[in-house]
Amino acid sequence: MRLTVTYLIGVVFGTGISLSGMANPAKVLNFFDFFGSWDPSLAFVMGGAVAVAFFGYRRALARPAPLFDPHFQVPASRVIDARLIGGSAVFGIGWGIAGFCPGGALPALGTGNPDVLIFTAALVAGMLAARTLMRLSANLTLKGLIRA
Amino acid sequence: MTTEFTPLASLAGGALIGLAAVALMAARGRVFGATGILAGLLSPASSGDWVWRAALLAGMLTGPWVYMAAAGSFPAIDVPVSTPALLLGGLLVGLGVSYGSGCTSGHGVCGLARLSPRSITATLSFMASTAATVYLVRHGIGG
Repeated sequence: MRLTVTYLIGVVFGTGISLSGMANPAKVLNFFDFFGSWDPSLAFVMGGAVAVAFFGYRRALARPAPLFDPHFQVPASRVIDARLIGGSAVFGIGWGIAGFCPGGALPALGTGNPDVLIFTAALVAGMLAARTLMRLSANLTLKGLIRA
Repeated sequence: MTTEFTPLASLAGGALIGLAAVALMAARGRVFGATGILAGLLSPASSGDWVWRAALLAGMLTGPWVYMAAAGSFPAIDVPVSTPALLLGGLLVGLGVSYGSGCTSGHGVCGLARLSPRSITATLSFMASTAATVYLVRHGIGG
């Protein structure tokens, strides 16, 4: 039951991505191409998603706990640092080069499109590389070789 | 290449994305971030943690098939960039979302909806750098 509901929530997300155009790099890149073939559609995706989530979250979080789990696990950090801003900036450079973001690419994998597979393989490689780099720098910091 | 302006389909698609985010919060108490879901699949905290993420991902992959059932074809995926660009872009996205702790869905939808200062900052950062990158690629470098 829990897994079925979780699966269906994924279906709703994947259908929304498919309908919205977020899985289409040509459309995504045109949204950012203000001085060329501008297509403002993505503003409607973000607007629709944020509006529904804003009001829906208020109702969902008003309950004492989620339906299937003991408590809510909402990100609690409030730290705004170079890592957050720099990491997000690097994400944007990659998004601007490829036209896919993770939330757009994962549902699109379901079509078997080879370009989506190529992008997702590189995405996973990047995430694993980041994890290795973080571990490495944590070790070096522990040993006092670099400053925190 | 130009693409057709699709305000209604995009708004409806966005509303479904928002609905999924709300449902995941109501059912499992989690934000719907593609980065977090994928990262948790790559190194799960426990087998139970892996299973719900796998179920969610399986549902996401089914989305284009639901679209196909309704529209008669898969959603358009037009890739106006080269394979090396996909590889470089994918690698940078993977690095960036790991250090930035999220992407368009986690920060851009769930975080903005929670009015999280971190997510607002992250979203401004990646929207600006994406726009700058697209400008440079299309109009700056020999464009």
